Amino acid sequence: MSDSGGGGQAPADLPLWAETRDAPEPDSGGGSGFRLIGKPQRKVDGLAKATGKAAYTDDISLPGMLHGKILRSPHPHARILSIDASRALALEGVHAVITGRDMPVRYGIIPWTPDEYPLCVERVRYIGDGVAAVAAVDEDTAIRALSRIRVDYQELPACLDPEEALAADGSEERPFIHEPRREGRNGNVTKRVELSFGKVDGRMAGAEVVVEGEYFFEGTTHTPIEPHCAIGRYDENGRLTVWSATQVPHYLHRELASVLGLDPATIRVVQPPVGGAFGGKSEPFDLEFCVARLAMVTGRPVKILYTREEVFYAHRGRHPFHMKYRTGADDEGRLQAVDAEVVLDGGAYASFGLVTTYYAGQLLTAPYAMPAYRFDSTRVYTNKPACGPKRGHGSVQPRFAFEVQLDKLAERLGMDPIELRRVNFMGSDTRTVNELRVTSNGFLECLDAVEKASGWRERFRRLPRGRGLGVAGSCYISGTNYPVYPNEMPQSAIQLQVDRSGRVAVLSGASEIGQGCDSMVAYITAEELGVPLEYVRVLAGDTDFTPVDLGAYSSRITFMLGNACIDAARKLRRKVQEAVAGDWECRPGEVQLAGGWAYYAPDTERRMPIAQAFNLAEARFGTLGATGWYNTPRDNHGDYRGGTIGASPAYSFTAHVAEVEVDVETGVVDVARIWVAHDCGRALNPVLVEGQMEGSVYMGFAEALMEEHIFKTASQGRAGLHNAPSLLDYRIPTSLDTPEIESLIVESIDPEGPYGAKEAGEGPLHSSIPAIANAIYDATGVRMDRLPFSPPNVWKAIRDAGGPRSLKPPRRRAAAPGESAHAGAATAGVG
Amino acid sequence: MAKATTYIVHLRVNGDDYAPGVPSHYTLLETLRYVIGLTGSKQGCDKGDCGACTVILDGEPHLSCITPVLEAEGREIRTVEGLAGAGRPHPVQDAFDLNGAAQCGFCTPGILCSAVALLERNDSPSRTEIREALAGNLCRCTGYTKIYDAVESAAAVLRTETGRVETGE
Repeated sequence: MSDSGGGGQAPADLPLWAETRDAPEPDSGGGSGFRLIGKPQRKVDGLAKATGKAAYTDDISLPGMLHGKILRSPHPHARILSIDASRALALEGVHAVITGRDMPVRYGIIPWTPDEYPLCVERVRYIGDGVAAVAAVDEDTAIRALSRIRVDYQELPACLDPEEALAADGSEERPFIHEPRREGRNGNVTKRVELSFGKVDGRMAGAEVVVEGEYFFEGTTHTPIEPHCAIGRYDENGRLTVWSATQVPHYLHRELASVLGLDPATIRVVQPPVGGAFGGKSEPFDLEFCVARLAMVTGRPVKILYTREEVFYAHRGRHPFHMKYRTGADDEGRLQAVDAEVVLDGGAYASFGLVTTYYAGQLLTAPYAMPAYRFDSTRVYTNKPACGPKRGHGSVQPRFAFEVQLDKLAERLGMDPIELRRVNFMGSDTRTVNELRVTSNGFLECLDAVEKASGWRERFRRLPRGRGLGVAGSCYISGTNYPVYPNEMPQSAIQLQVDRSGRVAVLSGASEIGQGCDSMVAYITAEELGVPLEYVRVLAGDTDFTPVDLGAYSSRITFMLGNACIDAARKLRRKVQEAVAGDWECRPGEVQLAGGWAYYAPDTERRMPIAQAFNLAEARFGTLGATGWYNTPRDNHGDYRGGTIGASPAYSFTAHVAEVEVDVETGVVDVARIWVAHDCGRALNPVLVEGQMEGSVYMGFAEALMEEHIFKTASQGRAGLHNAPSLLDYRIPTSLDTPEIESLIVESIDPEGPYGAKEAGEGPLHSSIPAIANAIYDATGVRMDRLPFSPPNVWKAIRDAGGPRSLKPPRRRAAAPGESAHAGAATAGVG
Repeated sequence: MAKATTYIVHLRVNGDDYAPGVPSHYTLLETLRYVIGLTGSKQGCDKGDCGACTVILDGEPHLSCITPVLEAEGREIRTVEGLAGAGRPHPVQDAFDLNGAAQCGFCTPGILCSAVALLERNDSPSRTEIREALAGNLCRCTGYTKIYDAVESAAAVLRTETGRVETGE
């Protein structure tokens, strides 16, 4: 780059955000009243990541550090008879070997279902289950040591199929994978939920049209590009530090204390930048316990880095779902009743499964009004890696089935499927049939946006054979109303600290995993305190120094941490305003902080640098700092058992239109383009919101067309062996595979969100998949009710249907945008 | 079991000469990360599948995780740490920040090396050419869209700069 600067970009020899520093007017936000919020900004870690300086966990190396490896079970189900590590310990360079007996304490992310040990104690339950761990001078020596550990197993019958798991009786031939918690129960059932709202049978019987369907959603896995990694250090003061690529430092902190029997005040969890997670790092993993224990045993720091193969076996990804749906509607297309039966293939451990089992039903009840709804959801154990939460936890699978059901309903009624969705819109400021409170709801604007952008009205059912358009909608939570362990404390918190230079430090407990939450709190702090963005420093994810935040899961951070940050910043701002007002002899409300200055609002010629304003406040009130926090409202769900699960302070809404081209001879589906409109409340930084939307669409597309997290059966060679545990064989989309994505932001301005914001990181994934399924139908006249829509599956579906067929345009067209009777969301607009 | 043989290898990385002792089976990536201490290049799969380890070898993007370190001797190695000028980022790095092209940032060093290698041989790549140049780098966060935007805007900056230099002469 030449010294003369860089054509339109911020050159590095000028301060970044010079325009905000020197901007003369306090409010130049284009009418919004905001200076930073709502506009593209740099990320606080953007350049560190783009220059290779950001230090991820495996980039950390400590003096004297040892390297660990975990020995894994070669059997899908077996009893451990004995473990002999003497030959491993005798190898030069080996410092320690530990087994399950060294940490015989059960744990689990959900306190009601602790069912795993850091290393297996008596039984292994999937190929890959951890059995022993080694610390050695280097990784090569640790790997050699693993081959010298002798484990005697007694193999047990393995169960890979959920139907078979349900048929187990605890006999020798058909053993339970976990012992039943109560006598007489099937130990293979993690959880069963049956909930019913309204008169389902009566309304179904009275429905004009009933669509029945059976669907299968194949398992998929998160595949972050960074493999899991952790480092443990036990120091001379008896303090344990664990660095880990985790999304949940607080929960990890608690579990480490419980499993290791340590006072939590002696444990520090540090979360370095995380190289992708998507739910795959949202509970403790064996390596975190092992590095801690090995560090305690050896007195040396210990690092464990998973191989890519271990990442595939660690999993905790999308559950395979077997689903049956009945959907009844009147002759205008209005939903009358929905009846669902869902079986979740959970793998070997519970993980978040209790929640997944509820989410499989609870999160389907918006954005459409449904007067009657019933679901019967059962999660079963199988001898495969445990499933857990993947982006859109538990609700992506039912959303696929349900949105295809709606498409079938529209076809039966001769209705435009967008119009069918409009007719069923539930509105804003309402309750769902299962009593979840819904506040802002920009779903209709989302439908309008994708309809217009995709040229839907001219093109749906009118494209040449083999090409098609499909639509789908969805909703998702902006955080869960309750933490995974019951408590009344805040879900999220921020501490601010101010230096005499004007520099503001933000201490955030939240987990930056690429979604941009460190940047978000910097934007909010700069906005509220009137400092330039480059004056803000963010220290995050260190349990010794940052306040508790529950973690990066359930799309909770923008909503909760954002509100906590506003709370803290406004407390501090009031002090500064008061101190400056004292100096100027005016009212505190007349002092505005913006762009590096304190202004006298009635006459903005009068101003002082922000550092001077802070100094006045420090002189008056003492050292400047503030804490802010957020907790959820308590009156936003039903009081039935399970009514709290699915409750969220706000819901985001999404609509997709996908355009596909299907080669009916080969079954190859090309997704040409996806239009996605997402109601994120308010886009705090539209570039980051679009990034979340595009990443979500990509991941949904990937699940729709390519990804299969599957295991071999006995007849395929070896039961329980991962079919493709590499990034070559488990295909994720390259730049050449990924469709063009057009993001359309819809802002409904949520009454309780930070500046009106809601989530954007998970919701936009959901409707990708059914939109593609519905587009394949438009292209071929053939329904895809099983995922993935891979060439063999599509080819077979076309063959089974007797070949492709042409479809007629709907008899009832969609109303033009603006014509339909929109309820609510009057402030929403398409940005 | 015998220890691996250790060799002194002579490497030129980002213009600096190094002569570390490394086990003979080490890859270039292991040597960069764990011996020299340049941890910018990432290990995502260790099998040449993900592209996070991409470095520029004699002007061409190369997977350092499947390159035996001995094969890199005598060649010009550039990593993500060597793309920036003194005190300022390379225009592509700056564009990645401005366009939100790095989310988790783990694939970013490899993608930047592929992108810089592309821009050094083609200063006006089409979107198709960018897609093709990045096809060996898996990104799990962005859906690639913002990455294309960043490469395109960096190409524009680089063309402007080149134009200015020409005008100045």
